Amino acid sequence: MAELTYLQAISDGLRTEMRRDKRVFLIGEDVGVYGGAFKVSLGFQEEFGPWRVIDAPLAETAIVGGCTGAAIMGLRPVAEMQFADFISCAWDHLVTVAAKQRWRAGTPVPMVVRLPSGGGFSGGPFHSQNPESSFAHIPGLKCVCPATPEDAKGLLISAIEDPNPVLYFEHKHLYRRIKGEVPEERYTTPLGKARTHREGDDVSVITWGAMVYTAEEAAQQLDSDGVSVEILDLRTVMPWDKAAVLESVRKTSKVLVLHEDTRSGGFGGEIAATIAEEAFEDLDAPVKRLAAPDCPVPFSPVLEKTYIPQVDDVVGALRELAEY
Amino acid sequence: MAIAREAQPVGSLHEVREAGLDREDLLGVYRNMLVTRGVEERGHILYRQGKIPGSFYTGRGNEAAAVGVATAMGPDDVGTPLHRDMGVHIVRGVDPWRIFAQYMGRQDGPTHGRDGNVHMADSQLGLIAMVSHLPAMLPVAVGCALAFRIREEARVAVGWFGEGASARGDAHESMTLAGTRKLPMVFVCDNNQWAYSTPTHYEFATEHVADRAEAYGFEGVVVDGTDVLAVYREAKRAIDKARAGGGPTLVECLTLRMEGHAVHDDAFYVPKPLFERWAENDPIERFRTWLRDNADLTDEEEDEIASGVKRQLATALERAEESPQPDPANLTQGVFASPEDLDTPHHK
Repeated sequence: MAELTYLQAISDGLRTEMRRDKRVFLIGEDVGVYGGAFKVSLGFQEEFGPWRVIDAPLAETAIVGGCTGAAIMGLRPVAEMQFADFISCAWDHLVTVAAKQRWRAGTPVPMVVRLPSGGGFSGGPFHSQNPESSFAHIPGLKCVCPATPEDAKGLLISAIEDPNPVLYFEHKHLYRRIKGEVPEERYTTPLGKARTHREGDDVSVITWGAMVYTAEEAAQQLDSDGVSVEILDLRTVMPWDKAAVLESVRKTSKVLVLHEDTRSGGFGGEIAATIAEEAFEDLDAPVKRLAAPDCPVPFSPVLEKTYIPQVDDVVGALRELAEY
Repeated sequence: MAIAREAQPVGSLHEVREAGLDREDLLGVYRNMLVTRGVEERGHILYRQGKIPGSFYTGRGNEAAAVGVATAMGPDDVGTPLHRDMGVHIVRGVDPWRIFAQYMGRQDGPTHGRDGNVHMADSQLGLIAMVSHLPAMLPVAVGCALAFRIREEARVAVGWFGEGASARGDAHESMTLAGTRKLPMVFVCDNNQWAYSTPTHYEFATEHVADRAEAYGFEGVVVDGTDVLAVYREAKRAIDKARAGGGPTLVECLTLRMEGHAVHDDAFYVPKPLFERWAENDPIERFRTWLRDNADLTDEEEDEIASGVKRQLATALERAEESPQPDPANLTQGVFASPEDLDTPHHK
């Protein structure tokens, strides 16, 4: 085991697969000579050469559409969007072609799109978004949102192995801030299997990505009130681990669904609705949702703190639930 | 002012041989053009009989362009043909009964009733099924070419688009990526002069779509899309060049869409004299005349080919009508691929 940052764990996972499987290649803007805007692929071009670490023109549709063609021809492409926000330029392709090709024409499209996502550092409206809910809504796409370095590696390897288009949302605010033990060997972390980040008895928090850490800090504060908080890290929002969510609901009877994406139409709504449908009798309080307001991501630190759910917000929500 | 090269017609049987086709091949080309038109004519009848749900699209007038390009492709090359390119499916060897089944939304169509009309392809024949968004398949074709380049395979990808779709960013991005990386790619523009009801001068401001190629760093050529041999020769040159590492070419096939955008559209906006002028250049009639004048096509051969096609399509129709409706119980199966789905020749 080595201690790696979340970012190093992503690099490690990608490098592991590129060494193991010649079909895997990386394409994106500035991923080659520069090593990627966040340096995930630093040194990759030296190791794998310019035709496996490809600097693409500023053309997201060609990058993602090109990955679809290469995937159909038997390669295992990994595309890097410089920021998750830019996936809007390839939305049409992902949703129209890649997502539907298997169901419609019987042609699997095994590809990964890496999406540096999330806010917390004044990236503003176009460098901070968490668009996973939009894609989780599209039949045929998988959405992965790792929170820990260990999962970042294992889920990336699973995503590359998966025979479907997988959107891999890597949270930028975790890149260098979060460190953890990561096995040196190759391993996979299954898609669709949640992780209990923290065991608790009184209230459950269902969340993913950077919000796992916000929830963790809030849970520690609630410890002193004698409220025991369970945190379930979904790891992947499509497929999502419904069984684990329902099990946690049955255990604690009170649920907070927490995400960094905006509230209306956010994936938390799907989770809350499922709990209402399938575990209503187990609830001792209405399901609570905490998310960003229905507004673009702001630039100013003051505004952004208001926008992204903060520890105090989570503490408040959990106390309300505990006292209900 | 035109920048693209304007292709010359093919004069003699000798020139055709030089381009790689013998007399037997030529009869095959003629036959494929008849099958192409025959499939679409019979599809039209099925539509009028109420047997085809949704709408119905044909490529009447585009038979030479589609058949000519597909004939120039190698067995391991791949392509992304569109809704005017039935001829490509025919040349690559799809059995017409499966096309009729596709039209009618039956279980034995290539998409098993999940998608309609020409939104189909047999991947075993090196084709990838199109989507309605145009030219969304161009970046996919470029990705195939990228895969060939990465693996250093002597294969070529052919991506089709229309002159209307040339306005969209997908075309620009695809040509930029293919041009900068000199990928083994041939862009084929079916310029049939009308994007639904919109004429070319509202779609692009150059004289030809192919004039743009130079700006992407490769050659553009305009060819008479009703002349199957000229199309074949230019496509062959472009494919050979791509295979040899010479990078992409944009081949623009100029035709006229001889029917409406789809069956519901009577194309009232197309000036009648234009239809009349292009009707004189009917691709099939034109090639038939050429074969008689240059390759000694006899009455007997002509009859034999025509009646063979007729028989084949009659049998195909019967078989397609017997194909069952898709089973609603399977509707949501296969939204996601399973690992066994990758057990294909491509993914080995």
